Formats: sequence, C-alpha cells, structure tokens
Amino acid sequence: MKVRVSVQLKPGILDPQGKAVEQGLHGFGFEVDHVRIGRLIEMDVPGTDLADVKAKAQAMCDKLLVNPVMEKASIEVL
Amino acid sequence: MRVAVPVFPGSNCDHDALHACGTVMGWDTIPVWHQETRLPENTELVIIPGGFSYGDYLRCGAIAALSPIMADVKRHADNGGLVLGVCNGFQILCEAQLLPGALLRNESLRFIHADVHLRVERADLPFTRAMKAGDVFRVPIAHAEGNFTLQPEELADLEARGGVAFRYCSAAGEIGEAHVPNGAVNGIAGITNLKGNVLGMMPHPERAVDPKLGPTGGLGIFRSLAEAFARA
Repeated sequence: MKVRVSVQLKPGILDPQGKAVEQGLHGFGFEVDHVRIGRLIEMDVPGTDLADVKAKAQAMCDKLLVNPVMEKASIEVL
Repeated sequence: MRVAVPVFPGSNCDHDALHACGTVMGWDTIPVWHQETRLPENTELVIIPGGFSYGDYLRCGAIAALSPIMADVKRHADNGGLVLGVCNGFQILCEAQLLPGALLRNESLRFIHADVHLRVERADLPFTRAMKAGDVFRVPIAHAEGNFTLQPEELADLEARGGVAFRYCSAAGEIGEAHVPNGAVNGIAGITNLKGNVLGMMPHPERAVDPKLGPTGGLGIFRSLAEAFARA
C-alpha cells in the first residue's frame, strides 16, 4: 500500500525556512501567515490491512523518520 | 590514552580530531570505519567528528546514529567511557539519544564560519577539569544547523541539573542574545549527559590546538582530558 508520511516541525519550534519563504511571498504581495516547511515521505509498504500498514508506518516514524524533540508526523495510507 | 575516531561517509573533521589527539597530544589515536561493530580494545575516549555524515540526509546525524559502530559507542558510554561529539558529532549524539535535544537550522538560515567565545559553565567534567567555571575560550564554529533546541520542560531540567557545559558569550564572558551566533536556546553551545561522560558541542576545539596552524583556544579541553586520564 502507498503510504505518505508528512513530517512537520512542532508548533513552537522556530522555522526560519518557513519565515524566509513567508517573507518571499509577502514580497510578491501575497497575504499569508504562519508558513511552515515540512517533509513529505512516500513509500510502498507491503500488506493489505490498513491498520497493520499504518502501525508499520508509525513504527518507522518512531525509529527513524521523526525526531520527537522537534517534529511530529501524520500518516496517510492511500 | 587510547582514542577512537569513528569515520562516517561524509565526515570531514576526522583528520582534525586525529591530528589534535595523535600529533598534538601524542595519544594513541585510531580511526574506526563506521561499519565496524567494535571499538578498538581499551578505547578510553571516543571522538565523534564533524562533517556531513550521509550528506545530512533526512536530518543531520540521523543516519549516522544508526551505523553499526554507534551501538558499541553507546555501550562504551553506558559503561562510563568518555565520548566527545563535535559539530556533526554533537548532532549524531542527539540523534542517537546519548544527549537530549536537537540541532535546528541556524536562525539566519546561513552556514556560519566564525570564531566564537565560549564560557565554561561546568569545570568539573573530564572534558573541562583543567579550566575554571567562568573561563572564556575562543574556538571556531562552522555549521548550518547549530541552533540547539529542547522542549521547555526538558530545557528547565537540563539547566537545573547543570547539563550546560558551554555557552556562547562575548570576549569578556558576557552572556546574551547578541553573542549567540545561531539562535541556540539560552545560548547553549555544548551540553553533557547526567553522568558527565558524554559531551556534545557545536564549536570545534580540535581545530584550535596546534600553534603552527593558529590560535589554540581549544587546548583547554584536551589538557582536561589528559588530566582526567593521568588520574585514572
């Protein structure tokens, strides 16, 4: 199954990259606020059981994909 | 004194560490490829060097923290052995959970290469025992991700237990945001674990030890280690 893990900085963690992009967008006249930059990880995970695949993806987040000090993740099974 | 320097694909300060420990201090210093599963017999100090291990993929230090040799570095640390992580080495120690916290992108978003002043906050560690609390020394930094961060409760714990070893400061030793090059919380440049045998720092003491190459502000740390080993 196709799994998409979206990794975001936790609220409260300064995101200078997001800030820089926000300023760039302001430069073009766009009214935006709270721009945050994250990371999108897509993969194929063997299995047909949704809960099982989701649990595997969660384990991957805990082991490697996410640093809980600064990041949080949301998992989507497509 | 036997020193092991794990080398990862993308390490580039391993030779600085080997030069500082081997040539300058005269210690028995051995580079160890990251695929090895054991540190050399009787290793007393492990220096995790700076660089861009695994191209900083995923997060700085995240992949190196999973290298086979790191399991033995953890064992060494659990047994009370000394571990010093510099720059990317500090990031690796955080990712390996040998130290708390994480290193974010610098507040300025830029790679910064500069000399900075550090104030000694803990002078009772094997890494600092030849210095005094409040001493100021000058060493270079060279990083894009040195912005130390920690959740507020954990930061309070770290400060309360005296886990901060070094803070960025002015030449006169004053602390304040103006002297923090990268946005690190509380101006934290280096921290230690509970037992005080693992130390991680963003600045590079190993690049400032040889008078032939320039200033020697980093010698205090290596003299401290020499003292610690003379005593042991």
